[in-house]
Amino acid sequence: MRDLKFAFHRTVPVMFGYLFLGFAFGVLMAQAGYSALWCGLASIVIFAGSMQFLLVELLSSGAALGLAAVMTLLINSRHLFYGLSFIERFKRLGAVRHYATFALTDETYSVLCALPEELTTPRRVLLISLMDHLYWIAGSVLGGLAGAALPFDTTGLDFCMTAFFVIIFIEQWLSSKSHVPALTGLCSAVLFLALLGPDAFILPSLIVTVAALLAMRHFAPMGGEAA
Amino acid sequence: MSARDSLIMILVVALCTYVTRALPFWLFRGSGELPKAVTYLGKVLPMAVMATLVVYCLRSTSFQSAALFAPQLIAVAVVAALHVWRRNVLLSMFGGTAVYMFLVQTIF
Repeated sequence: MRDLKFAFHRTVPVMFGYLFLGFAFGVLMAQAGYSALWCGLASIVIFAGSMQFLLVELLSSGAALGLAAVMTLLINSRHLFYGLSFIERFKRLGAVRHYATFALTDETYSVLCALPEELTTPRRVLLISLMDHLYWIAGSVLGGLAGAALPFDTTGLDFCMTAFFVIIFIEQWLSSKSHVPALTGLCSAVLFLALLGPDAFILPSLIVTVAALLAMRHFAPMGGEAA
Repeated sequence: MSARDSLIMILVVALCTYVTRALPFWLFRGSGELPKAVTYLGKVLPMAVMATLVVYCLRSTSFQSAALFAPQLIAVAVVAALHVWRRNVLLSMFGGTAVYMFLVQTIF
């Protein structure tokens, strides 16, 4: 019970964010023709904010599975870092570490980061991860239910996905020392969009971005996000 | 997309998401370090990919008429301004989306 209270207090900020974002995801899914059940399912098995927003696009445009897989790996590549900084900590979690790894979202990561080492028990890590997961599922299911029945004109509501990505972009921009990676991605995307058009540009653009970044690696030291 | 295809896509996305979260734990066993290229990509890719995604979201922008570019460009500017000003994710998202909805529903 005390651990439950502890986990709740730690995750209150995440709760508001996840209920809101999850709700937005659910509404978009509903508008794309998917019921609340689908919203819940996606949020249970995926549990990744930006990727789920993109999933709505992929589903409604009937994207190829290979494209979906590559985009997921690239978009979530930031998670590599989270795991990296928790390798030692997670070793001590026993069986809980499997779920904690699965549920290691940006927000859960930041909650766990703020947790002093001596307070990190397997039970608390489990409860924190699980609560975040439940907020997310609840938000999406509610959004899915409401999406079909919102009492106002929802034209343009899908812009919240664009807004979300712009916000993450700005956050990353403000906290990184080098803007070369961001500009590389931006230039490559704009270039391929102009060359190949809106339906075919993303994959070539991402491939060229990865290649360019790898090639540049030996020339300029690039600072990532400020830790 | 059929229910079956949708389900498969959701599962593929779920699996790939899990791979990105579990990979460091798989690669890093005991001593030794992650391949340098992986660490490097983990650092620089997120920024590059987010830039790509912003372009992806705006991909149907066209400069043939104001209605095809003005609402999203104005709304992106609002999001950026709100966010630099307050650094509050929900406020920026809500404000920008409200402005966009207003623009597409009443002006353009």
